[in-house]
Amino acid sequence: MKEIYLDNNATTKVDERVFEEMRPYFCELYGNPSSMHFFGGQVQKKVDEARGRVAALLGAASDEIVFTACGTESDNAAIRSAIEVFPEKRHIITSRVEHPAVLTQCRNLTKRGYRVTELNVDGEGRLNLKELADAVDGDTAIVSLMYANNETGVVFPIEEAARIVKEKGALFHTDAVQAVGKIPLDMAASSIDMLSLSGHKLHAPKGVGVLYVRRGTPFRPFLVGGHQERGRRAGTENTASIIAMGKACEVAHLHMGEESGRVRDMRDRLERELTALIPHTRINGGGAERLPNTLSIAMEFVEGEGILLLLSEKGICASSGSACTSGSLEPSHVLRAMGVPFTCAHGSIRFSLSRFTTDAEIDAVIRELPPIIKRLREMSPFGREYLAKQ
Amino acid sequence: MWDYTDKVKEHFLNPRNVGEITDADAVGEVGSLACGDALKLFIKLDDKKERIVDAKFQTFGCGSAIASSSALTEMVKGKTLDEALQVTNQQIADFLGGLPEEKMHCSVMGQEALEAAIAKFRGVAAPKHSHDHVETEGEIVCKCFGLTDLFLKKVILSNKLHTVEQVTHFTKAGGACGGCIPKIKELIAEVTGEVKKVAQAAPPVKLTNLKRMQLIQETLENEIRPQLWADGGDLELIDIDGTNVQVAFRKACAGCASSGNTAKFVEQKLRELVSGDINVQEVQG
Repeated sequence: MKEIYLDNNATTKVDERVFEEMRPYFCELYGNPSSMHFFGGQVQKKVDEARGRVAALLGAASDEIVFTACGTESDNAAIRSAIEVFPEKRHIITSRVEHPAVLTQCRNLTKRGYRVTELNVDGEGRLNLKELADAVDGDTAIVSLMYANNETGVVFPIEEAARIVKEKGALFHTDAVQAVGKIPLDMAASSIDMLSLSGHKLHAPKGVGVLYVRRGTPFRPFLVGGHQERGRRAGTENTASIIAMGKACEVAHLHMGEESGRVRDMRDRLERELTALIPHTRINGGGAERLPNTLSIAMEFVEGEGILLLLSEKGICASSGSACTSGSLEPSHVLRAMGVPFTCAHGSIRFSLSRFTTDAEIDAVIRELPPIIKRLREMSPFGREYLAKQ
Repeated sequence: MWDYTDKVKEHFLNPRNVGEITDADAVGEVGSLACGDALKLFIKLDDKKERIVDAKFQTFGCGSAIASSSALTEMVKGKTLDEALQVTNQQIADFLGGLPEEKMHCSVMGQEALEAAIAKFRGVAAPKHSHDHVETEGEIVCKCFGLTDLFLKKVILSNKLHTVEQVTHFTKAGGACGGCIPKIKELIAEVTGEVKKVAQAAPPVKLTNLKRMQLIQETLENEIRPQLWADGGDLELIDIDGTNVQVAFRKACAGCASSGNTAKFVEQKLRELVSGDINVQEVQG
């Protein structure tokens, strides 16, 4: 069965061009960039080229790019650095809908005596900037807010948030793993101090990430014991993946228009048709500015895991905000923070598209999902109650 | 992805006995939309009202909840009511070739619905918990899912559960806010008979400083740390100053959101086994 892959916020296919770019750096050009000989030196040049390509996508300078092992490491490194830079400051601000890479780190710090403010979001997943402005004070070491939400695609007004935070003298970090490559960023015209991205979310392989650190931003490394990355991240470079990351950023730059055009059109059509064909749905974050590729749709009276398993039988890969799929017992913290009713949160499905998504794949979902929901509703005591009322 | 057996998948994709029996002799309902799963079970009896001749179900829930409901209806058909009451959640899981432990609560839900239906038919109070937030006997332990001590003790005993994690997998208790984890530990201890040991080790009335320190250390080693180990956690004794005990949490407990509750649990145990005026303080060490 050929897969219909609509789970690109979880991970993406490695672009063939990216794979070809990295391929020689395993068995042939395996030198260590730090070596003095020509064999390592030629790899060093490719790593530098990759750094330049990442910088170009972000509108940044090459020396502001630090390669890491993943988005989670970048997030952890940014927050840890800030609290080491400002040992006297004991306050951190984040939001209730962050990725666990940020949220868990912050919550753990409360045990070390840190005060952590988790900003609320409204019913559409939007941030209240006044709440942010009121929360920042002289004790705030860092504010970490995601650029775009992985579950709903809701985009925060990060530039405005960064300006508010900078005025009050705290550091500003954003987890932009879902945004990079999907919406244009320009660090040259930005107030952001640090920004995380992840290779495997933009058609590079798993196991490589980047932390952008603005020139002049005080920084303390998370990994020590080597001069790599100008002392900001010790450890021999993951050369093949770094080179892939550079290529992926170059390719993403080329395709940026496609994300906001063709990909958005397909997402909008999927949303429109599913809403028309399936009664009792709601779009999570539908009233907010969203990434062009993400659709989070809640279907009442049914539970997400059953939907995913039946979609999977048809080759369709999506994900869910339901509790049962994650091994946790509560539905997604993002949907709960938005106040999405339990009845909807359990039956929420996320479709996330990419530039590899085709119209035929969208057609397949529009064809297959409505009968699946109908079948599960007929099986559900709550669905039957609702059907009986009709 | 969950590692479901072929039989679970088959019963999920082709569930038996979905629907309702309009002239059912008994209907059992457990769960709610808020809990994330719910089961409504219909039973039809023979003319003598002894033997189950038909069973149907409606389920809101994940794949394993639907498969467990399907399995249950297949298993009870043809059984007398007394025979049906002997069906355990483990037998439901076995019928399906096993369930992932995280999903055992689905089989427990099946057993509960069956008990509720039969109890209702017989006109007696069901030995149930308030899964659906309607009240029943027993004291609520897990507020998030509305589970009582009586229900939890029954599941702990019949499935021979030893850790909080297992209790969560089988019942969901402790799986949301985690506030009831210390209480679940006590219930496990109570059911598995550790309570008796506790009684034997009743503390002397008057303690010298030396004796108190010795007793605190023994209690931490023999009673408290083994329970933390069971959940992948640990603690270290940092200092004892009179009745003030300072501990630092290690391993899973160190990063755990409910370590405040764990500290309370430690304090409660020490008060019970050493002396009533012990105070426990969590420190970073």
